[in-house]
Amino acid sequence: MDEDRGARLRRLRWHCRRALLELDLMFLRYWQRVGDDVDAATEAALERLLEMEDHDLWELVSGRQETGDPQLKGVLDSLRQA
Amino acid sequence: MKVTKRTFDAVIVGAGGAGLRAALQLAESGLKTAVITKVFPTRSHTVAAQGGVAASLGNSEEDHWHWHMYDTVKGSDWLGDQDSIEFMCRKANEVVIELEHYGMPFDRTDAGKIYQRPFGGHMSNFGEKPVRRSCAAADRTGHAMLHALYQRNVRANTQFFVEWMALDLIRDAEGEVLGVTALEMETGEIVAFQSKATIFATGGAGRIYYSSTNAFINTGDGLGMAARAGIPLEDMEFWQFHPTGVAGAGVLITEGVRGEGGILRNSAGERFMERYAPNAKDLASRDVVSRAMTTEINEGRGCGPHKDFVLLDITHLDPKVIMQRLPGIREISIQFAGADPIKEPIPVVPTAHYQMGGIPTNYHGQVVAPRGNSMSVAVPGFYAAGECACASVHGANRLGTNSLLDLLVFGKSAGETAVEDVKKSTKAHKALPQEAIDRTLARLARLDTQKDGADAHQTRLTLQRTMQNHCGVFRFADKLKEGVTKILEVQQDVQRVAIKDKSKVFNTARIEAIELENLIEVAVSTMISAEARKESRGAHVRDDAPDTAEHPNGRDDDNWLKHSLWFKEGNRLDYKSVKLTPLTVDTIELKKRAY
Ligand SMILES: Cc1cc2nc3c(=O)[nH]c(=O)nc-3n(C[C@H](O)[C@H](O)[C@H](O)COP(=O)(O)OP(=O)(O)OC[C@H]3O[C@@H](n4cnc5c(N)ncnc54)[C@H](O)[C@@H]3O)c2cc1C
Repeated sequence: MDEDRGARLRRLRWHCRRALLELDLMFLRYWQRVGDDVDAATEAALERLLEMEDHDLWELVSGRQETGDPQLKGVLDSLRQA
Repeated sequence: MKVTKRTFDAVIVGAGGAGLRAALQLAESGLKTAVITKVFPTRSHTVAAQGGVAASLGNSEEDHWHWHMYDTVKGSDWLGDQDSIEFMCRKANEVVIELEHYGMPFDRTDAGKIYQRPFGGHMSNFGEKPVRRSCAAADRTGHAMLHALYQRNVRANTQFFVEWMALDLIRDAEGEVLGVTALEMETGEIVAFQSKATIFATGGAGRIYYSSTNAFINTGDGLGMAARAGIPLEDMEFWQFHPTGVAGAGVLITEGVRGEGGILRNSAGERFMERYAPNAKDLASRDVVSRAMTTEINEGRGCGPHKDFVLLDITHLDPKVIMQRLPGIREISIQFAGADPIKEPIPVVPTAHYQMGGIPTNYHGQVVAPRGNSMSVAVPGFYAAGECACASVHGANRLGTNSLLDLLVFGKSAGETAVEDVKKSTKAHKALPQEAIDRTLARLARLDTQKDGADAHQTRLTLQRTMQNHCGVFRFADKLKEGVTKILEVQQDVQRVAIKDKSKVFNTARIEAIELENLIEVAVSTMISAEARKESRGAHVRDDAPDTAEHPNGRDDDNWLKHSLWFKEGNRLDYKSVKLTPLTVDTIELKKRAY
C-alpha cells in the first residue's frame, strides 16, 4: 500500500471516532472485518457518511432512516453486517 | 530539541460544552483565543446528552434555585461543596437563557417559554414533591447546545485547532502554567502552545471501565496531563453507574424503558427488584437498581454462559408502545445484543456513566492545589471546567441534568476569571521551560524506540477489566486491595507499551498509546482512592460499610466527610475538608440520604 493511501485510511479511521458510542462500536466492528480492503468508491462513500452529524448518521446506520443513494447504501449495509 | 511555538492569550483544550462556553467568554472579550481539540468540535461527547439541562426557571410550575441547591447537596450525599453548589444553582437561569439567545432550539410551552420536564431527583420545596426543572431540545439537547456554542465561537473569531492532541501541561519551576504541548495529527508535528491562561475542558474518562456508556474519545487526557504536572486529582473514587447498559457493549438503554413497564429479571426469570425495593421495584433510583443487579450476578443468579448479566424484559409490552414511546431501543438491542426486544429480553449490566471527581477547582474555575498551609491555592494560569473538573458540585453522586449545567456555569466562570487575570497581567508571556517540553518529547521517543514492549490494545483491555472487576458498582475490601496491586502492574505495562507503526501522518496507534498513558492515571487514582475510603457514600458503596443505625447507608461523617486528593508522585493520598458553608444561605445540614 502506498504511503498516501495508508495515511488516508488512518485518517478515515480517526474520523470514525464519534460522539455516540453506538457509532464507535459499529465502525470498530466494520474495520475489524474489512481491514485495509476498502476500494476508492467505498472510501468516498465513507468520507461522505463521516461528514454527517452523529444523530443523523446513527439514524441511517441503525436503519431507522433509509437513503436512496446506492453508494451510501452499500457501505451502510456492510456496516450493519459487521 | 526545539519545537515550533505558537502564542495566544488563552488556550482551551477541549471543544465540548465546557470548552466552547469558556472559549466564548475569552474570544468575545477580544482576547486571542485558541481551542485545541482531538476531534471536530461537534463530535465531542456532549452531543450524546439527551435528558436535558437543569434550571429552576419555574416555567411550568413554581421552582427556586434554593430547592435545586438542596436537591444537589442531597444528591451529592453531602460531599459537594455548598459554595460551588449555590453558585451553580443561582447561575442556572442566566446561562440557560443566554443559550436561548444564542439560538438554542429549546422545546417550548404554548406560551412560548422554555418547556420543562420532570427528571429523577428534581424536587420542590426542599425534597417535598417532584418538580419540572429539566430544559431540553427534543432528544438532542447536547447536540443543539454544542451547535449553538460553536456557531457563536466562529462569529467571535475563536481559533480552532481541530485534530490536534494535547500532550502535556507546560508548568515552570514556580508552579505557574504556561501552556501545553500538542501534536498535530495531520503532520505529526509537536508544537508548544504558549498562553497566559490555559483551560482544560477535556471531558470524562469513562473508558477506564470495560463496560461504559462513554464514547471512545473519553480517555481522561486532561486528568493524565494534570497528574503528570503534579496537580492532584480529587474524589476519583466516585463514579456513577447507569443500571442498564447493553451487556458487552455499554450502550445506554434509557430509564424510560423501565418507566414504560420494563422489568428486570434474573436467571430464574424472577422479578428480583421486588425483593430489594418492594415499593418502587424496577423504578428505584439508579444506585439501588445497579447494586441489586450486581448482587444478583455476584450470587450466581446472572444470565448467559458466564452468568454475568441480567435481563430487561419488555416482551409483555404492546409492540406499538415499544415503537412509539421507546424509539431507537429496538435498533440498539438488535444491533448490540442480537435480541429483538419485542420477542426476547435485553441483556443488561450496570455500566460506568459519569465521573464525579476530577481536577480540583473552585467556583471561579481556577484549578486549586495544596500549597504551604492551605489545601486550596489557585495554580497560576490554570483553569478547568466540565466533566474533567471537580468544582465540586456533584460530590459523591451527580443529579441527572446537572452536568450540562455544570459545564455551562463553570465554563463561563473559568472564562470570566481567565479574562480578568489576563487583562490584569501587564507582563509579557513568560519563557517556556525547555525541561517541560523535553519531558513530552522523551515520552514520545520512548514509544517509538521501545523494544519487546507491551501491546497497547491488550494492556487497555486488562486495565478496563481490572477496573470493572475490582472497583465496580459494589466494592469489597479484599477485591480493592487486590485491585491496587493489579492496576499498578498494568501501570508497569503501560510504561513499556510499544507501537509498530512509526508513521507521522494520522498515526492512530501512537494516539491510542498516548491516550492509554492518560487512562492509566485515572484508573490508578480511582482504585487507590476507593481502596482508602472505608465508608460508603453516594456512588461509592462498600460491602464492609453497610447500613447501620450508627452509620445510615454506611456513611461515616465523623471520619470521611472530606475530599480525597490523589497525587501521582508516590501515589500519595491527602484529604481536604468539604465546604459546608454556602455563599449567602444557611448550610444544608447533614442528613441521611433517602428517597
Ligand atoms: C450517553 C450519555 C448521556 C448523557 N446525558 C446527559 C444529560 O441528559 N444531561 C446532563 O446534564 N448530562 C448528561 N450526560 C453527561 C454529559 O453529557 C457530560 O458530562 C458532558 O457533556 C461533558 O462535557 P465536557 O464539555 O466536559 O466534555 P466533552 O463534551 O466530552 O468534550 C471533551 C472535549 O475535549 C477534547 N479533548 C479531550 N482530550 C483531548 C486532548 N488530549 N487534546 C485535545 N482535545 C482533547 C475532545 O476533543 C472534546 O472536544 C450524559 C453522558 C452520556 C455518556
